[in-house]
Amino acid sequence: MILLVVQTLNGFQLGMLLFLVAAGLTLVFGVMNFVNLAHGVQYMLGAYLGVTFAQMAGGFWAGLVLASLSAGLFGLALEWLIFRHLYGRSDLDQVLATFGVILTLNEGVRLIWGSAPLELAMPRLLSGSFALMEGLRYPVYRVAIAGLGLAVALLLAAGVHRTRAGMLIRAGASNRDMVSALGVDINRLFRLVFGIGAMLAGFAGVLAAPLISVEPGMGENVLILAFVVIVIGGIGSIRGAFAAAIIVGLVDTVGRGAITGLAHLMLTGPAAAKVGPALASMLIYLVMAAVLALRPAGLFPARA
Amino acid sequence: MNRALPWAIFAALALVPLLSALGVIPGGYLPLLLGRVMVFALAAMSLDFILGIGGLVSFGHAAPLAIGAYAVAILDANNVQDALVVIPVAVLAAGLFALATGAVALRTRGVNFIMITLAFAQMVYFAAGSLADYGGDDGYTLYSRTTLAGWKVFDGRAFYLTALITLFLAWLFLRMLAASRFGRTLAGIRQNRPRMAAMGFNAYAVELAALVIAAMIAAIAGVLLANEAEFVSPAYAGWARSGDLMVMVILGGVGSLHGAILGALLVVLAQEALGGLTSHWPLVFGPALVLAVLFLRHGIAGIGARRG
Amino acid sequence: MAEALLKVEALSKHFGALRVSDRVDLTLAPATIHAVIGPNGAGKTTLIHQICGTLRPDSGRILLAGEDITRLPPHRRARRGLARSFQITSLLTEMTVLENAMLAVLGVHGSAFAFVRPLAQSGTLRAPALEALDRVGLADRAARLAGSLSHGEKRQLELALALAATPRVMLLDEPLAGAGPEEAARLIGLLATLRDHCAIILVEHDVDAVFRLADAVTVLAQGRVIAHGAPDAVRADPAARAAYLGED
Repeated sequence: MILLVVQTLNGFQLGMLLFLVAAGLTLVFGVMNFVNLAHGVQYMLGAYLGVTFAQMAGGFWAGLVLASLSAGLFGLALEWLIFRHLYGRSDLDQVLATFGVILTLNEGVRLIWGSAPLELAMPRLLSGSFALMEGLRYPVYRVAIAGLGLAVALLLAAGVHRTRAGMLIRAGASNRDMVSALGVDINRLFRLVFGIGAMLAGFAGVLAAPLISVEPGMGENVLILAFVVIVIGGIGSIRGAFAAAIIVGLVDTVGRGAITGLAHLMLTGPAAAKVGPALASMLIYLVMAAVLALRPAGLFPARA
Repeated sequence: MNRALPWAIFAALALVPLLSALGVIPGGYLPLLLGRVMVFALAAMSLDFILGIGGLVSFGHAAPLAIGAYAVAILDANNVQDALVVIPVAVLAAGLFALATGAVALRTRGVNFIMITLAFAQMVYFAAGSLADYGGDDGYTLYSRTTLAGWKVFDGRAFYLTALITLFLAWLFLRMLAASRFGRTLAGIRQNRPRMAAMGFNAYAVELAALVIAAMIAAIAGVLLANEAEFVSPAYAGWARSGDLMVMVILGGVGSLHGAILGALLVVLAQEALGGLTSHWPLVFGPALVLAVLFLRHGIAGIGARRG
Repeated sequence: MAEALLKVEALSKHFGALRVSDRVDLTLAPATIHAVIGPNGAGKTTLIHQICGTLRPDSGRILLAGEDITRLPPHRRARRGLARSFQITSLLTEMTVLENAMLAVLGVHGSAFAFVRPLAQSGTLRAPALEALDRVGLADRAARLAGSLSHGEKRQLELALALAATPRVMLLDEPLAGAGPEEAARLIGLLATLRDHCAIILVEHDVDAVFRLADAVTVLAQGRVIAHGAPDAVRADPAARAAYLGED
């Protein structure tokens, strides 16, 4: 029971991080039909810059703000330098070019910061734990991540659903030609989306940094999970990304525990120890397959 | 010239062991390297069949490659090394994997298809890492290489020949397939799916069959790869490996089949050469890839088209 | 009345508040050309889409020779003898004209799951494919790439692809669109000879051609059938005149 509560909380917190990464990605896909494999790089960059800025500026919070902003600027620079030349090109070209960007930046990070994993200290304010229920203490920081993620999600939802720019973004995701026909500079709109997306991914990277080891290539695992989130949620849909991120987060924590437990119930001894982990590691992908089998366009398709 | 090129490539590959035996060219390292090139060429060629001819941009082709390699490892751990068992198991496993994942992935198009194939390959990556009996994340070192009814055709110099013959047969097979009713139908679906549906073709079934065939061939490449390295690890299914295969196909010229050999040669040699110069070789390879896509009018395929 | 080859019953489809098909009925008798006319936006092309299966109706039924095909995917309708041409030319542009036609024969009368012999060497596909090309006057273009044909020739190939399937019912979506007067005359002559082989639903803007060719006419406006019957009766129908014919 206690385990379940902890896993649920962990799942929610993972879901919030995934949402932060997936939000920018899904809008970029939705609005520009642009396949950006290099989005995970922003997450990695956020974590590394967070470590560096925290050391330089003396503290987690300064690191968080400076790293998120720099990741956003870096994303805009990449967009200006490379990505804007790829709009309208084939999926294949976009995949290859952004694959090249990943290779370059992962190695660049290795060159600058080295291959050894780095650590980022939690802010002292949030480093404790509190009694969640009898016999269960839960780290404050994880709750803070979930809270911050939720706050950003609400802010983003408000931005997308209540502002004129947000209205255009939603319209662009469902019908790009119409937005262009309205005389809106779709490229400027897109730069806005891209910059915010890059910043959010960087923000997620800094938030995650105290919980994981910061190392080259860390972005791609998150990126592929974010893909799963987008596919489940429906391309271009913020609401879908939010729901799917929580689903993926929960499935990966609660489901993992449940399936290992189930394997032990159904099978005995060594067989359970073998089947359990293998099945657990495949679980989110199986959920993705199930969703696609029923709804190929995802749970909340943005395009009619 | 165009027709002669693939034959010239195979002739050159066949001459290498001969020339090195005669001492005309250095032995040892070059045949080893080319053996590796041919293994990746086989996997890339099978990808070219679905990508170049079928237009299915799979970013998960490392998955069947890894499944083939793990078939070798798992059977090796259970003391089965005969290719007559290993290869059917590898091919069947990869085929079933492609059937199941393809059935889902083909319900979508474009960007979604790319992301889903990538995700399913990642599933294989994590599943392989959870196989504690077979090395888990650290990978598994083979006790002994695969044999064919007792013959050591995957060892030493014989490996080169085995890889060459396999690659040659695969090329003949895929070339036959490409020209057949099946292959032309697949090409038609790439060019104009609604038209093909209106003409009575079940595009979904044809594409699914193509994915299964390509996965089976990639699994054979996986068997070769496990033997070549005498080692298997989850990284075989990694996204970077899938990306490499795709780069090989593009560099060689999409849809040409034999171009995959040139692409594999280029990528393996470039990584080897750059790796010899600097441990940070992706800092050269990555930007080169970006620049190639940006500045060659028809993507990188343009080079391949001119060369082919 | 003879057994209807194709029967559309109370077909309805709407996009939001827009009714593109509003309880449309249509009966196609064997060996006839049945024209569907109406002003732009009347719902002609969406009707074709629903009959072919590329668009699913909200309600209503489509029967092909008595069999309910309302829920079948497009390729299975094609294999049951429903061929179509596209309003905007839709060909396999990187293949030869002959290969286009051979695949059209294969799709309906053969199987794509043949892996050994080259498509190009199949006599059983080549003969009917060449025959279809000959019918539309493209036999001498057989070796050309479909993408390199002139606009008129592409329209002819569109027709040949439908013909090559030897269908029971052909759906022709503006086959004369973009054809010059000479080509149009040729195509009209060709269409007239086709009705002996199969029944045709003809969506066409060229009203003169329609009344010269058609055995029956259905007039659509705002998704509804406002008149139908023999050409002369429709020509005299006040509703049809007001909605459409009066424009000319």
